[in-house]
Amino acid sequence: MRTEVFSGLKVLDFSWAIAAPWTVKYLADHGATVIHVESASHVDIIRAGPPFKDGKPGIDSSVYWVNYHCNKYGLSLNLKHPRSLGLIKKLISWADVVVENFAPGVMQRWGLSYEEVKKVKPDIIMLSSSQFGQIGPLATMPGTGVQLTSYAGFNYLTGWEDRDPCVLYGGYTDCSAARFGAVAIIAALLHRRRTGKGMHIDLSQYEAGLNLLSPVLMDYQVNGRIAVRKGNYHPFAAPHGIYACQGDDNWCAIAVFSEAQWKGLCSTMGNPEWSRGNKFSTLPERKNNEDELDRLISEWTITLTAEEVMYKLQESGVPAGVVQKSEGLYNDPQLKHRGYFWEVDHPVIGRHLLESQAFQLPKSPRKLKMPSPRMGEHNEYVCREILKLPDEEFVELLNEGVFE
Amino acid sequence: MDKETEGLLSPYRVLDLTDERGLFCAKVLADLGADVTKVEPPGGCTARKIGPFHKNIPHPEKSLFWLAYNANKRGVTLNLECENGREIFRKLVTTADVVVESFPPGYMKDLGLGYDDLCRIKSDIVLTSISPFGQDGPYCHFQASDLTCWSMGGFAYLTGDLDRPPVQISFPQAYLNGAHEAAVATLLALYYRDVSGEGQHVDVSIQASVIKDMMNAPLFWEADGVNLGRAGPFRIGLSLSTGQRVIWKCKDGEIAFFIWGGKAGARTNRALVAYMDEEGMAPTFMKEMDWENFDMATATEELFNRFSEYLGRFFLAHTKEELFREAAKRKMTLYPVQTVADIAADQQLKERDFWEDLEHPELGQQVIYPHLPFILSEKLAIKKRRPPLIGEHNEEVYLGELGLSKEEMTKLNELGII
Repeated sequence: MRTEVFSGLKVLDFSWAIAAPWTVKYLADHGATVIHVESASHVDIIRAGPPFKDGKPGIDSSVYWVNYHCNKYGLSLNLKHPRSLGLIKKLISWADVVVENFAPGVMQRWGLSYEEVKKVKPDIIMLSSSQFGQIGPLATMPGTGVQLTSYAGFNYLTGWEDRDPCVLYGGYTDCSAARFGAVAIIAALLHRRRTGKGMHIDLSQYEAGLNLLSPVLMDYQVNGRIAVRKGNYHPFAAPHGIYACQGDDNWCAIAVFSEAQWKGLCSTMGNPEWSRGNKFSTLPERKNNEDELDRLISEWTITLTAEEVMYKLQESGVPAGVVQKSEGLYNDPQLKHRGYFWEVDHPVIGRHLLESQAFQLPKSPRKLKMPSPRMGEHNEYVCREILKLPDEEFVELLNEGVFE
Repeated sequence: MDKETEGLLSPYRVLDLTDERGLFCAKVLADLGADVTKVEPPGGCTARKIGPFHKNIPHPEKSLFWLAYNANKRGVTLNLECENGREIFRKLVTTADVVVESFPPGYMKDLGLGYDDLCRIKSDIVLTSISPFGQDGPYCHFQASDLTCWSMGGFAYLTGDLDRPPVQISFPQAYLNGAHEAAVATLLALYYRDVSGEGQHVDVSIQASVIKDMMNAPLFWEADGVNLGRAGPFRIGLSLSTGQRVIWKCKDGEIAFFIWGGKAGARTNRALVAYMDEEGMAPTFMKEMDWENFDMATATEELFNRFSEYLGRFFLAHTKEELFREAAKRKMTLYPVQTVADIAADQQLKERDFWEDLEHPELGQQVIYPHLPFILSEKLAIKKRRPPLIGEHNEEVYLGELGLSKEEMTKLNELGII
């Protein structure tokens, strides 16, 4: 019986960095046959990105890179070699989907624009994901998700009004771009099943990020208001914040929206004298005296561990959650229950945990079939088993330096 | 199918029962042409109370949060807590492909509308459930908010100034990330259904969605036993010895730039030093740096501090517009920290037709909406509609599609069911 979503789907994957590998991960983890093409002379920055096995950089030892490329075959090509293009065209005629996230112009220079790809495979679905999309005055502006997150307005909205904006770890716009990339590919596949037509998807990572800020963008368009950063302030919840707990830099988030939750919080704290006065009896009062309220709550939370605060408040029906450190995520009983981390044995890195998916599909579950490929690990497999090239041709390509 | 309104997802019908935890999921599907019906309790969805509001007037038809995440959906009201309401809902399910919900886990089942119940009505239904931690497991009944999900997912710990508490993004993101992940998961399930004939119950965790947003941060624990933390305007994780400033003050705001290694870093670093030098602001040691062999992993904090002194002075002498113009010309990875006002004026978005005007006769004006972030080579014409008013399509759906009589509708209305 069929149990994988994408059994039989073939994906030719030129992805690098994060946004597009993350898109392809949805397909690879759910049964698609994915051939990832890369180059050893222009190594993916993530292969050179920490953390590394034993802290030692190496082309196959980035724990970061292997988090995104499991369940794929790895092909390493010298794209400058004249015979590479022929091999790639064979792969295109094999593929249903092509994914790339180079700067606009790169695929064109290789003779792999959508128009060229389409000539080889008329119903191909091709995703091109880039900072600003394939067209527009900024299309070729270099950059990464780090700077793009600033450009898309997120940093201006992060931190405290009296301080500089804060960094968002990683490249936050990539997250939305990765998800929209998968949405577009799958929707295009459903459309192709009905109509037989493929298409090119020109995705702007900038615009993907902006879709997560729509209401504040519209607030400016309609009301002229420029949204600002305001810590953890919430207009209709109090207390609403992150409070220091026992130990070294340990915190618990508490969010009180209703009177029932406020009563739950007070009783959990043992109904201290201060909580009984008029100052905090209603939401408007609590908002008026919020700084004092936050200080008083911190005096209580600091006497307990973050976990104690969370469990005690949960017992009283109050939204509360520890501010997890990375260590906490690996020990989180809920994530364990969901099998969020996959244990994999990688030939260079050894046994380690990598991330799977945030959702469960009980009838077509994700599967870990193979660790992320070492550079060029499947050159022979791809040529002989997938493309069925004659042995002589494979050896010829090998001797001519098509692989690297 | 009407060719005028053919979208990628036109044949699919979606019932959206979510609140602010999930509205974005079906919004994405609706933008792609799915026929999405937002089912709200009589009186309207709680997300209609979320500001900001049109002209700052708090009103259920004027919430910009509501508008932003419900365009292209139709809307009906229905009370699922009484049997007559559930009966109507079951009728709606007979023609649906997908039901999306974000109630507390177990709520639908208690109403007799759990996955097994829906399967008896429509055997291949896809039910997508969005919840803070998932449908089962030790935390599944935990009370949560966007802030607690952001915290439990670990992103809060990486965000904010070190001498103050960790923070969320001031326009909260945890729920949106969960709903976005749910859109992907729903499409996976639909694809599987179309090839296998089987529907399923999709279970999305908002907490796990947040973890994915942190990229390699958690991996530092797995590989090195290190918990990365927050560092205000600095970026950490590239070099274990120090962080790099990313956010810098300039004459009229802030810009984002950081010193980086590798080929891409070398290109930008050299271009920036040349730019500084043209204005007599580049120190000799930066002009003489061997940027090609600059190694982030071994660079010291002292060296970064020396860079910062000169970079900080240079940026302060320029506006964000000047710096970005030069960055584009010189191919440097330097961007302004934009506000929503800067974004509204951005020519890039205009040239890609990112903004979409929808008529809002009730508000007496057009409202500008962000478009989906991609341009498709197959031109598809999806009929656009502004978000539904409360119960706007009750007649269209209940009379037109379910075939109820006017009298039945009046009665349901009187009973507070629709």
